[in-house]
Amino acid sequence: MHIPDGFINAPTSLAAGAVAAGGVGVSLRRAAQTLQERQAPLAGLVAAYIFAVQMLNFPVAAGTSGHLLGGVLAAVLVGPWAGCLCVAVVLVVQSLLIADGGLTALGLNITNMAVVGVFGGWAIFWLLRRALPATRTSVVVSSGIAAGISVVLAAAAFVVEYAIGGAGHAPVGTVLAAMVGVHTLIGIGEGVITALTVGVVLGVRPDLVYGAQDLQTPLVLGTEPQRAAEEVR
Amino acid sequence: MRSSNLRLFLLGGLLVTIGLALVVSGFASSQPDGLEKVATDKGFLETARDHPLADGPLADYAVKGVDNQRLSAGLSGLIGVLVTFGLGLALFALVRALRSRGQDSDPTRAP
Repeated sequence: MHIPDGFINAPTSLAAGAVAAGGVGVSLRRAAQTLQERQAPLAGLVAAYIFAVQMLNFPVAAGTSGHLLGGVLAAVLVGPWAGCLCVAVVLVVQSLLIADGGLTALGLNITNMAVVGVFGGWAIFWLLRRALPATRTSVVVSSGIAAGISVVLAAAAFVVEYAIGGAGHAPVGTVLAAMVGVHTLIGIGEGVITALTVGVVLGVRPDLVYGAQDLQTPLVLGTEPQRAAEEVR
Repeated sequence: MRSSNLRLFLLGGLLVTIGLALVVSGFASSQPDGLEKVATDKGFLETARDHPLADGPLADYAVKGVDNQRLSAGLSGLIGVLVTFGLGLALFALVRALRSRGQDSDPTRAP
């Protein structure tokens, strides 16, 4: 999914750079308003985890592999604003340190994976949470499904960029069909890894999961007075 | 109690992350990913230019000078994880600092 330099022409890359800068800028501001103190180190860990798991390419079809993008994973764990920043940090490190993903294509990659993948995926997660009962299982299932769809959204965003400024000569329709086809398969892996990871964190520290915060509040309110009453006795 | 638990959780998470990057990465599929495969099939792979840093010491998930492929990938992953974690911690500490400079709220309050 990492676009190298050259696939997309300079004007389109520049425009995507503006979209990426806008997305990261708004995310910085909103994360500053919403990020909890205990979630700040978790967000650093989420970025490192996404970097590691992006290395783990899994086979999806003959001669093709895929790897986690991590947008929905980050959004569900630390919120969409901090989540966008997590994925952007990973993409910057990959481009500058590993030469994975082009330099002039950095704005394209941040747009597709940190903006479209994170916020598109978060919107689907949000809708699913509202449609399903308020349980931990719903959080896990919603994160998995949203993660899978977010990969297809990111792939579609690439096709839009290809349609506007792609250097290749293949018709947009065939590129769209191929990109959506293979990334639907990759999305299954994305969904499984995301659901597993969210499930583990929910099992160990449910209070840290941003996308499950609504499940926490009644529990906290219920135990606090009880504990205080026990201390009085 | 809670903050020590959080530290323990973060340490555990970091160890798992390092394990994935250092060891499991050596067993990852080396087939082209979805975009690369589509670019090959649809004939626009050759429009890619070499990355300006393609000769860098960690380029393409390999540490220059380490010949064992799995070890090389694992070490590059370890370095990448530590750099990403450090950058992430610094960035989110900055994000928190932006918050306290503005309107800080009671840290004990539930969201």
